[in-house]
Amino acid sequence: MLTIWAILIDGLIYASWLFLVAAGLTVIYGVMRILNMAHGSLYALGAYASASSIGWYYASGGDQLWIAFALLAGCAIVIGAIAGFIMERGILRLMYGRDEVLMLIVTFALLLILEDLMKLVWGTTPYFAYQPYAALGRFNFGVLTVSGYQIMVVGVSVVVGTILWFWLERTRTGKILRSIIHDREVSEAMGVNVRRMFTMTFVIGASLGAIAGGVTAPIISVVPGIGVEVIVVAFAVVVTGGLGSITGAAIGALIVGLARAASIHTMPELELFIIYAVMALVLIFRPNGLFGQATARKI
Amino acid sequence: MGHSLQPKPWQRTLLGTATSLAIASGGIMGFAGSASAQEGTFKVGLVTFLSGGASGPFGVPAAQAAETVIKAINEGTLPAPYNTKGVNGLQLESVVIDEAGGPTKQVEEYRNLVQRQNVDAVIGYISSGDCLAVSPVAEELKTFTIAFDCGTPRLFPELESPKYFFRTGLDATADNVGAAHYLKETRPDITRVAGIQQNYAWGQDSWNDFQLSMKQLMPGTEFVDNQTPQIFQGSYGTEISALQTSRPEIVHSSMWGGDMEAFVAQANVRGLLDQATAVLTTGESGFNRFKDQAPDGTIIGGRGPFGAFMPDNDLSEWFSKAYEAQHGVPPSYPSSKMAQALLALKYAADNSGAEGKPSDEQLASTLKSATFESVSGTVRMALSGGHQALQPMYYGEYHYSPETGPELRNVRSYTGACVSPPDGHDAQEWIKNGFPEANCN
Amino acid sequence: MMRLQKTEILLVVTALALGLSSLISPDWLVFTSTLAVAAALVVMGVVMLMRAGLISFGQGLFYCIGGYAVGLGGRFLGVTDALALVGMGIVATVALAMLLGLLLTRYREIFFAMLTLAFSMILYGILVKSHGLGSTDGFGVVDWSILGYQPDQGDESATGLWLAVVLALAAALFLNRYFQSSLGLACEAIRENEVRVEYMGISRRQVLYINYVIAAALGSIGGSLTALTAGHVDPTMAYWTISGEFVFIALLGGTGHVAAPFIAAFIFILVRTYAVELFPNSWQLILGVVLLLIILFLPKGIWSLFTRKQRAQA
Repeated sequence: MLTIWAILIDGLIYASWLFLVAAGLTVIYGVMRILNMAHGSLYALGAYASASSIGWYYASGGDQLWIAFALLAGCAIVIGAIAGFIMERGILRLMYGRDEVLMLIVTFALLLILEDLMKLVWGTTPYFAYQPYAALGRFNFGVLTVSGYQIMVVGVSVVVGTILWFWLERTRTGKILRSIIHDREVSEAMGVNVRRMFTMTFVIGASLGAIAGGVTAPIISVVPGIGVEVIVVAFAVVVTGGLGSITGAAIGALIVGLARAASIHTMPELELFIIYAVMALVLIFRPNGLFGQATARKI
Repeated sequence: MGHSLQPKPWQRTLLGTATSLAIASGGIMGFAGSASAQEGTFKVGLVTFLSGGASGPFGVPAAQAAETVIKAINEGTLPAPYNTKGVNGLQLESVVIDEAGGPTKQVEEYRNLVQRQNVDAVIGYISSGDCLAVSPVAEELKTFTIAFDCGTPRLFPELESPKYFFRTGLDATADNVGAAHYLKETRPDITRVAGIQQNYAWGQDSWNDFQLSMKQLMPGTEFVDNQTPQIFQGSYGTEISALQTSRPEIVHSSMWGGDMEAFVAQANVRGLLDQATAVLTTGESGFNRFKDQAPDGTIIGGRGPFGAFMPDNDLSEWFSKAYEAQHGVPPSYPSSKMAQALLALKYAADNSGAEGKPSDEQLASTLKSATFESVSGTVRMALSGGHQALQPMYYGEYHYSPETGPELRNVRSYTGACVSPPDGHDAQEWIKNGFPEANCN
Repeated sequence: MMRLQKTEILLVVTALALGLSSLISPDWLVFTSTLAVAAALVVMGVVMLMRAGLISFGQGLFYCIGGYAVGLGGRFLGVTDALALVGMGIVATVALAMLLGLLLTRYREIFFAMLTLAFSMILYGILVKSHGLGSTDGFGVVDWSILGYQPDQGDESATGLWLAVVLALAAALFLNRYFQSSLGLACEAIRENEVRVEYMGISRRQVLYINYVIAAALGSIGGSLTALTAGHVDPTMAYWTISGEFVFIALLGGTGHVAAPFIAAFIFILVRTYAVELFPNSWQLILGVVLLLIILFLPKGIWSLFTRKQRAQA
């Protein structure tokens, strides 16, 4: 019984992290059909920005927790937005109208470039900004403990998910985005300024990726390479949930999160495969992912 | 929509010419090869992680240590017996290569170092896979090579009759046998042991050696769990929950670098480290970084007498001061180990009896079975036919206070003959048979 | 008796030249060239799939199987003949590809890419878990011979290069014909418009299936050659970033010509090794920038540089 509770709690915590990471990716892919391999780098940028700003704050004698949190969120969002803007305007824009495949390689090239840029700026020493994580303590449930910070992360991802869902489903901009997701050409024909929407979408997606990194930074030790580790997991969740669907990303994250937690607690040997196995299984039964829309075949 | 980006004809011609020139010059460069070391210099290739997750805790500190030591060697400012300028009088010149990319790439880069850049010796290799792949190539190319850090016990058992390949560091077996001895001496009453290792060869080998050693030294131990998260996973929430449900008294971990720091911080906040004591076989690399995140009493090791475990001698004092002066932090164990490898090179060169630049054969025969002084005390190349270093293993408890900083308490050491199998014994068999011929006094 | 086309004559001549270069090139260049040829073989498989409109991020799976077949065959079965080892790799790979192809040919675009990536990573996971195979350390490859001929000390690199060149030439000649055959053309047609292909009575799944299996076999040969040359195999061969490198090289060269993967592979490996040597701290940056420049200015790959003269002036 204890194990089941542990699986549920751990699964939920991991799923919320997965969702935060995958949300930006699915929005970008859905709207722009760009498989952004550099999403991992944006995650890492957010992590570095948060970790270094928190580290600086505490080293210069600050001790107000709320300021640390504000720095965490603020720096991550700002750096994500700026990076996203530069990437989209500067480089990706040159590639529209070309083969989608080339876009993938462009983002891969950006990943390589950003990896080294981050290394040049922040160095290779691990950044260890644990103060916000430690400060939120833990809650004991008998033998099990849950850290307060992780509960906060769950809350953040719920909030982010709700805002995203509301924005996409209920606002006018959201509807426009959904129409672009469904059919870009027709939307353009209807007078939508697709290019401006693209920039906005990319900036938002990039910021989401950076926030995911920023929020994760106090838990981990930020080192070069954390971006690359995250990409495959994010893609797997996005594909499982269906591209372009926020609900899909959330449900996909939940399924993967619970499966992984179950595997770690009961069958640890499967841990390495579980995420791919889940994805493959989902795709076998629903070839477009859980909530993906089958695209119309053009004849 | 979208402006056309088709290159105009003149652009195409320019690009075409540029690309052809690039390819041609690449080919010419290739045939010409890099210039050999200038007369009067000894060129050493250094291979260590400059990118990726291992660069922060290991690769870059090692590269920095190399900088410090090479500078001192060339100026002749090392303490005795290394106070002569250069190696055998030759100035030491270094070429640094990133160890990233996997063993196949490293084999390629090793060949480039030796055949294209014409280095006279190679020092490096943190990753066991790279050591295993490169060692046969070193023998094939007959180049004096020192592995300074890689920890696989398979290295010399799988290398037939080595002549040119040496290792000045210790392997995972020594780490984990030492850890078991330390637990037996300092925590004799514990019975429930868990582990968390990164899921790859190093983690698997470490846990295996530790389990086997504990079964010999503390037979009543119950192994309640072993978690194997992916390397570079960073966030161990679920693993910590699983460990907590099994209620261990000791948590053994061979995790390193950012993963280790993250695990310690997370386990501490979650309360796992209130219930259990962590044994971190590579913990010394976090000695100056943990601050109050690692609880007092956490058991850490430095893979031998390195970093904070360096004994007091002229060389270690000099090295700590010089390294901290140049790089701002005290040296951790990877830095000490790189210094040791460079000292081994200098020892081999100075004592080779050569006029001018010693050959690979002279260097190899000098270092084989040699005994030399290092930052870690006396090093005896006594194992694997004289190619593997034999040194004591150290473990200690980590304590921290904001006023005095980090310190080690209750440090114990175990002689090399106690933690490493003698030649001819397979490591796992040696442990299972109860450490025959071990000398722990 | 088939007449050799102009392209094929050029291919044979280039292959001979490459093989003969082993007599005058420095040893490291011979070694690097062999690795480049082996990589190009895998890339040819990627190109085959790209011509059908599919991007595979999982060629590493077959690359790894080819490599491990060489390693395991030598170590556990005592086989030391290089051709036999390569053959074993092909057999194992084709068997697996025939199984996976049944599933994978149902998917397109990113789903295909992700599924191929997933299977490649599953193999990686299995190998990492297998302590007996050395986990992430891998293990060494035994000394090998070809049909009884044992290369002498110092000749090993040259022998490796010749073996690679011969196998690559065979593959290139085969693919040249294949691309012109009805099967190859059908692949391109599928990329353009699947539905019409189906209406014309050609089974898409069958075409893609055969295409996939052949591409897998090529990946396996590339992996076997790499293992024979480098003397070591490890699970990294199945990691997705290695597959990504092959896709990178494929796009660098373009899909226009059978020789393009070779040129691209050479350029990639040379650029990477010089970047590592000259910029040890920022070689990824250099690589990324070079790639970007090529994509921006030569979207059809480097090969388009050589065909511009034949393009009709717009």
